[in-house]
Amino acid sequence: MIEVNNLVKVYRSKKNKEVIGVNDVSLKIKEGEIYGIIGYSGAGKSSLIRCLNLLEIPTSGKVKIDGLELTKLSEKNLRKARQKIGMIFQHFYLASSKTVYENIAFALKAAGKSPKEIDARVKELLELVGLSDKLNQYPAQLSGGQKQRVGIARALANEPKVLLCDEATSALDPSTTKSILNLLKTINQKLGLTIVLITHEMEVVKEICHRLAVMQDGKVIEEGPVYDIFANPVQPLTKDFIQSVLQFNLPQQLIENRKGTIIKIQFKGAIAEESVVSDLFQQFKVKGNILHGKIEYIQDVPLGVFIMELTGEEKEVQRAINYIEERTQNLEVVEHVA
Amino acid sequence: MLLETLQALLPDLNTAVLQTIYMVAVALAAAIIFGLPLGVLLFVTDEGLFLKNKVLNSVTGWIVNLIRSIPYIILLVALLPLTKLIAGSTIGPTAASVSLSVAAIPFFARLVETSLREIDKGVIESAVAVGASPWMIITNILVPEAKPGIIQGLTITTISLIGYSAMAGIIGGGGIGDLAIRFGYYRYDNTIMFTTVIVLVVLVQIIQISGDRISRVVDKR
Repeated sequence: MIEVNNLVKVYRSKKNKEVIGVNDVSLKIKEGEIYGIIGYSGAGKSSLIRCLNLLEIPTSGKVKIDGLELTKLSEKNLRKARQKIGMIFQHFYLASSKTVYENIAFALKAAGKSPKEIDARVKELLELVGLSDKLNQYPAQLSGGQKQRVGIARALANEPKVLLCDEATSALDPSTTKSILNLLKTINQKLGLTIVLITHEMEVVKEICHRLAVMQDGKVIEEGPVYDIFANPVQPLTKDFIQSVLQFNLPQQLIENRKGTIIKIQFKGAIAEESVVSDLFQQFKVKGNILHGKIEYIQDVPLGVFIMELTGEEKEVQRAINYIEERTQNLEVVEHVA
Repeated sequence: MLLETLQALLPDLNTAVLQTIYMVAVALAAAIIFGLPLGVLLFVTDEGLFLKNKVLNSVTGWIVNLIRSIPYIILLVALLPLTKLIAGSTIGPTAASVSLSVAAIPFFARLVETSLREIDKGVIESAVAVGASPWMIITNILVPEAKPGIIQGLTITTISLIGYSAMAGIIGGGGIGDLAIRFGYYRYDNTIMFTTVIVLVVLVQIIQISGDRISRVVDKR
């Protein structure tokens, strides 16, 4: 659905210095996918997403959406193409002089729809985002979450194939974030819409993304299905982001006062539903003490991590460790106290 | 004595008020018809906006600055040939309206430009992102969003025009200011001077208060 090839965006500052926003990025985003781009501020993710609908003109490279090469379109055709690419923003950017109804109607008017069509569609959209009762209110009278819902309705007005979300939940509180993410998920499933979202919150990615790209210094440093990245992060930055969601640090004091062997076990996918731990205690003469544990569901697939202390005869402990390693393929001895 | 003077003044004052209103109204109409688009042009052709055009922006900006830097009284005289062409005469309120209009257009244009600058760039960008044409963005987003500021600009322009119109007296433009200068100042008639000044004060207050009120009503921020 979206194809980005060798995209480069260079900004020229006032002192004629060159600042690289996006540095040779190539991406392929499939139809119906929710694609997350994560990075700290200044990583170039905002520049990248703004290049996808040419709000920012790429310095070089190609952007292809739904078979159309945007970088080659005339002004008029680009406007037509943009009608099929919805966009929502961190600060919503609704026209303050227009009511909820008028804000959404504007997008339809821009596409040349008749007043009758506009009226029917606006009401349909308000139904979809759950704001039918706010029809005649001005943005100033709405909460942040409600404003974003209007933003979403406006973005969806012309039945786009792609929805770009520029830090769409970053200005919202956690519970509102959740409701907006749920709405995006629903839209993705109901309308088969391809969604690209940029964020600095791993929580958001975990919640709704299918695939993920991690950006640093204008480059994509890691890319893949969200579950795989969560289970096997490669780059230090990726590990950092994942750490923010799955926190498994034990207090130093706790580690120091242990007598046994501390191990960290990661259960991926189906194995998380098997009784590995209880099998362990039945087969080996070791005692286990869980120090920390968590099962996260990423796209409804469990990812479990446990930190345990094993005590017993050294030989037996070693055999137990080998056993788990064999079954989970993911065991790390954190501290070995002999 | 005082009452008699005032009574004698009444017909003159009446004409003067009407003349002022007439001159200011004509100039104000010109400001809206030409100054508003000019202000929009100055804004949308600026760096980073959707109709960015450096040459057009600099040329327009330069002309606007040029007219604005000429003291009104000089502009008034300098424009006499143009006045003759447009109004058919170089004296009277209609003639004065020509130079008042020329002064009002760039003045109001700058005020429009300033109020457009107050719009969040993101709002304009969101309109670009939905695929709206420049014309639609101007008429449906820019002008409505800047409306409170534009109305305030209109108020300021009106009040400035009342001040300028006093100088129109030198070409027989008439109006309240002219009355104050000719009868009050040159003839040392304090009664007339104070009366006209009071009329001006009241007029300006009314305009300012109504301008503020309208601006507040249309402001949905």
